[in-house]
Amino acid sequence: MRTLTLGLAQIKTKLGDVAANLDKHLEYAERAAAQGVELLCFPELSLTGYVLQDLVPTVAHHAAPDDSVFAQLLETSRKIDLVVGFVDEDRRHRFFIAAAYLSQGQVVHVHHKVYLPTYGMFDEGRFFAWGDSVRAFDTRWGRAGILICEDFWHASPPYLLWLDGADLMLFCSASPGRGLDNTDRLSSARWVEHVNQAYASVFTNFVAHTNRAGFEDGLNFWGGSTVFDPNGDLVVHAPYFDEGLTVVTLDLGQLHRTRARLPLLRDERTALVMREMQRILGGGTEGERRN
Amino acid sequence: MISDGKLDINPEVARKILTSFLREEISRAGLSHAVVGVSGGIDSALSCFLAAEALGPENVLAVRMPYKSSAPESFEHAQLVLEQTGAQSKTIEITSMVEPLFEHIPDADPKRRGNAMARARMIVLYDQSVAFRGLVVGTGNKTEILLGYTTLFGDSASALNPLGDLYKTQVRQLAGAVGVPQPILDKAPTADLWQDQTDEGELGFTYERVDQLLYLLVDQRYRPEEAVAAGFERSFVERVIALVRANQFKRMPPIVAKLSNRTVGYDFLYLRDWGT
Repeated sequence: MRTLTLGLAQIKTKLGDVAANLDKHLEYAERAAAQGVELLCFPELSLTGYVLQDLVPTVAHHAAPDDSVFAQLLETSRKIDLVVGFVDEDRRHRFFIAAAYLSQGQVVHVHHKVYLPTYGMFDEGRFFAWGDSVRAFDTRWGRAGILICEDFWHASPPYLLWLDGADLMLFCSASPGRGLDNTDRLSSARWVEHVNQAYASVFTNFVAHTNRAGFEDGLNFWGGSTVFDPNGDLVVHAPYFDEGLTVVTLDLGQLHRTRARLPLLRDERTALVMREMQRILGGGTEGERRN
Repeated sequence: MISDGKLDINPEVARKILTSFLREEISRAGLSHAVVGVSGGIDSALSCFLAAEALGPENVLAVRMPYKSSAPESFEHAQLVLEQTGAQSKTIEITSMVEPLFEHIPDADPKRRGNAMARARMIVLYDQSVAFRGLVVGTGNKTEILLGYTTLFGDSASALNPLGDLYKTQVRQLAGAVGVPQPILDKAPTADLWQDQTDEGELGFTYERVDQLLYLLVDQRYRPEEAVAAGFERSFVERVIALVRANQFKRMPPIVAKLSNRTVGYDFLYLRDWGT
């Protein structure tokens, strides 16, 4: 049986203290490796904390061997694959919310968050540059893709990853809990679980979501990390709110079985999508605004 | 349409978040203790219960601060909170603090006197905060904060507030669930700043009614005419909107006049948890 033992590191972070957060990453990686985890995912901005505001330029790093923080993470990635969240500063000194996939001492992929929520309680567009691409990449367990929080509140990034070959979607969040009502979970948790289950169902793939725990001032991060399988079934659900490592072994053969039954990927009319997108965005009078 | 249960909360979810909030945010300040002023009312009772659950009752100092005209019932109800939570306790009368001021201002109306008493209590709590090495836990709820039914730098002063995003009717629900004693749940809310004062008598409407309206206006972003269409009297809607707007100053730190390129309050932006 082809399997992947996945770890979801639902951690608390120290706001703006990269050294302390790095220590926690290395400690979790060691613990996870000891439990047989092959790929360990951390949440959004796991090396820095989330509400950074004016701290952004002081916590930025670059995913490369000559970066002091990444040198240690890359060394660790020889034992266990890692997805880590950080602030990426490019050569022109633009700052991105980023997540890096590290494996066998190499930086395999870096994703820059393409949707920066700047409304209500969120102010990301004030402090960060917008990412400009959505790409899948190859891992030892097949093709994967990374999205960060608001990226998957929009339908297009997961769709693009699907078409680019991602059978394993790795979603990272630092999602502040909100929407207390009389149900057993916050409405923010309910929403995220709904869409993750929906993506797994309609794309017939694995969707793993790793969320933050803990607080930043009055904001709670609700944890509740999940994995849904290609049938849209829940495989694992980490506790709400509490920090901890959740380990699950995925049966990758489920991709074969589900798609034999339900060939949604085979039947996807990408040429039709392309034609219609060109019509809609291509300047016709009834078209959507360009963006 | 109005009473559709939208204000109902799951008390266990709220309890989990609020006790974790108190524990984590107090420890990030490098401390493990809390100080709560306990009046005998439902809000401070709930804050005290939550703090005791979060930190352990031995790490919570509940302070009673009666004035000579405070209702004896308030003191007894505060006693129930101390007994049920097992928190450490202290009683510090504020009469001898505020009377010398009142001698200087014999014409002061009940509002001025009430404000002075609320601020005297703040002085006591912040002094105890140093002695007990604990943070002052707030007791103001969302209804009070929105309506400005609070004394600036008085009862509104705290280091962190677990109740500030719960309407009064939600406070009642959570208080019942965590075991706040029944007599406190049942009695009419009062600031007890003068005899026979009740919140609802002073405000001119019930918490239940105003909470439903505030929920629509604030949480659901209803326009005033939509709130009227939902069954609220126009004059009530207008009065509540006016109160919320007029009291914005109580919800903000003092405004700073900007002169430089980087100014506290405008473009010097850090959370309080900076570095922790």
